[in-house]
Amino acid sequence: MDNILAFGAASSQAGRVDALFVMIAVIGGFFFFLTQGLLIYFAVKYRRRQPDRDNETPAITGSPLLEFLWILIPSIVVVVIFYYGWRVYTDQRIPVAGATEVHVNARQWLYEVKYPDGRTAINEIRVPAGKSVKFILSASDVLHGFYLPDFRVKMDMIPGRVTTLWVQPDRPGSYQIFCTVYCGTGHSNMLARLIVMPQGEYGEWVEHAGREGGEGAEREPLAARGERILKSAGCLNCHAVDGKEKIGPNLRGLYGSKVPLEGGTIVTGDEEYLRESIVDPGAKVVKGYPNVMPTFKASIPPEDVKAVVEYLKTLK
Amino acid sequence: MTGIGQPETEGNGRGYLAERGWRSWAFTLDHKRVGAMYLWTTIFFFLVGGVFALLLRLELLSPQAKYFGNHAYNVFFTLHGSMMIFLFIIPAIPSGLGNFFIPLQLGARDVAFPRLNIASYWVFAAGFLVVIGSLVAPMDTGWTFYTPYSAKSAAAVTTLSLGIFLLGMSSILTGLNFIVTIHKLRAPGMTWHRMPLFLWSMYATSIIQVIATPVVGVTFLLLAAERVFGVGFFDPSKGGDPVLFQHFFWFYSHPVVYVMILPAMGIVSEVIPVFSRKPIFGYKAIAYSSMAIALGGFLVWGHHMFTSGMSPLANAIFSLMTFFVAVPTAVKVFNWTATLYRGSITFEAPMLYALTFIFLFIVGGLTGPFLGALATNVQLHDTYFVVAHFHYTMMGGTVMGFFAGLHYWFPKMTGRMLNEKVARAAWALIFVGFNVTFFTMFIVGVRGMPRRYAEYLPKFQLENVISTAGSAVLALGILVMCWNLLQGLRKGAPASANPWRALSLEWRAASPPATENFDEVPVVTEWPYGYGTPKA
Repeated sequence: MDNILAFGAASSQAGRVDALFVMIAVIGGFFFFLTQGLLIYFAVKYRRRQPDRDNETPAITGSPLLEFLWILIPSIVVVVIFYYGWRVYTDQRIPVAGATEVHVNARQWLYEVKYPDGRTAINEIRVPAGKSVKFILSASDVLHGFYLPDFRVKMDMIPGRVTTLWVQPDRPGSYQIFCTVYCGTGHSNMLARLIVMPQGEYGEWVEHAGREGGEGAEREPLAARGERILKSAGCLNCHAVDGKEKIGPNLRGLYGSKVPLEGGTIVTGDEEYLRESIVDPGAKVVKGYPNVMPTFKASIPPEDVKAVVEYLKTLK
Repeated sequence: MTGIGQPETEGNGRGYLAERGWRSWAFTLDHKRVGAMYLWTTIFFFLVGGVFALLLRLELLSPQAKYFGNHAYNVFFTLHGSMMIFLFIIPAIPSGLGNFFIPLQLGARDVAFPRLNIASYWVFAAGFLVVIGSLVAPMDTGWTFYTPYSAKSAAAVTTLSLGIFLLGMSSILTGLNFIVTIHKLRAPGMTWHRMPLFLWSMYATSIIQVIATPVVGVTFLLLAAERVFGVGFFDPSKGGDPVLFQHFFWFYSHPVVYVMILPAMGIVSEVIPVFSRKPIFGYKAIAYSSMAIALGGFLVWGHHMFTSGMSPLANAIFSLMTFFVAVPTAVKVFNWTATLYRGSITFEAPMLYALTFIFLFIVGGLTGPFLGALATNVQLHDTYFVVAHFHYTMMGGTVMGFFAGLHYWFPKMTGRMLNEKVARAAWALIFVGFNVTFFTMFIVGVRGMPRRYAEYLPKFQLENVISTAGSAVLALGILVMCWNLLQGLRKGAPASANPWRALSLEWRAASPPATENFDEVPVVTEWPYGYGTPKA
């Protein structure tokens, strides 16, 4: 799967990035030939003709009109490029409803893959073609990167924080994943593959191959494990999951909703917000509620926090 | 005014170099000697950093780490980056050529604070000694020191960061000295708009050094506190944030790329009119664009972090700001090109390097929008495309500007001329070698090869082999250039006070200048770009 310019794009989003690349290359090429052309043309045409005598040179010191034009024109051009770069980027970042979700955790020097139904894998992610995939990314030790060159996207993986990335794999195939944030001695060996399978084949794999090996606990769906943890950690003393109000905000429907905070800002209840509210509840306090919740950072390990978040996401 | 361009005194042969013995250097208060010491030191580290680059290129001949192994490779690119940035490219032009030529161009006898000046050199020396000391456990974090890796690494990160703290302090002292010097020591009649453009660019540079450098100093102290005392500024398990480090780091390290490029742009603005026999086109546009770059450069650091999980809104604002910083740099390129129009151009080595600066900087500049635009940045970030882009601007730009300055001012600094033929041969090798080495990196970057990889997929090998071949040519060119400089220093033909027939004040002092530069402080009645008139 090579990807020089427009070749080998593995998704329609990647095609749009390539189109942007070509657009910048055309504009840049125009200015390249204009400026280099003039530079070389002037240097050759106005070289000194006689070795011991200067050509007559006029005392030109500037031109306000030219200065105005070559401030104005580049300013317009860069705003246009900025605009398209921003549009394509924004469309890449907007979540697609109903995406297949995959948790990927990086550590020196491998990727741990976990599916919501409890399947796990190392350095290999399998997803069905034609359906958008959302990667929920984290890291255990140092910074890592998650780069899918064929999809033209990447995202850093950060300890203590959740980042996300969406792709829409249109074509079945096996695609390279690189770590792009320097992470130590094994950095350049930290490779993985994204395997995009035809829908039917994928379903079969989930039924059979995906279940081979692994202990019973591993196969417990993340959300089920999260529910168990939520109940045993005492969360329900203050929070309701049935839409009622208790000391703390109700948890049903929280995921994906707009949450008003003390101080007037409104945040989206995404994975990172839910995670942060468990480990650092004082960071974003919901409007109208007291800031009394203790941190669960020490009592719920990061892997379990992920499971709890997965459970909260099922409370619709 | 009569006599402009004529030396007021003929050289006595050795000028400021007359006094001998190590004390005359170590305790000198002469800005020219301080500048010369910086030049020797920075060129030495340029060559050392270059050797590390060649080792990197050697390892990359093969997709597997055959020669040194992964860890050594990671140490090499860390040392290559740190030395080139902190020990060469930041101090070389400002502290080296700047120290030498700011007072001369101002018509002053020295900088405002000569004792501070020599002190800043010795702080610099303490800094590089500590950096060398850190080699007992060489760092492998990359020159960016990203946490948490740098906080956990067993290497001498603390030592190196304290060394860089000292280098930063030296940089602040020099910047402060230059700001005061330019404000207070201009010769009678030298208004701001009669200053050579090199002085404008050095003024803008000094402002950045004074404002931005304290931030990186504090950042490295926080990192040291984290490593030594276990304070968790950047450690998520203690409530810290690793991305905060990146914000601190780039708040300094982005403006500092203008500390690297602006002085080189100043040199190009001097050389182009002299060798075109034409007034500089758009003096005020070039002068003010330096200030615009210096100030705008403080608002774009986030473009190094578009994939670090910042909010899409912050990314959009940083992207837009980044594009606007591109405009004043484009303005400079247009003005230099327009200066050539209807000139009487000759191609001595300084001019060849100045034209090469423009040529390569255009390539570096036009590959910037790919990285400034968000969607293509997300694709190309942390690939070889970025490596190619910043080598075109930093090496193709700053280093070529530095070489232009070295060749341009060599007769003034040493009182001797260089062998022009050898200088041109070295230039040709450098030009070809540079492009072969770095243009291929654009291609391999677009094809998806990440940077900082000791080992890579076999499909990237062709580009890497070509690039390594280019680096050998580039290295040969630089060796020939250094040999030529040394030969010129030892037995070059004696230089007259003004071999290039230039109009700025440094050429009115003897070659080499006497200790206090001028017998009489010159009086300035016009700007230094009056070429193309019968006088010149």
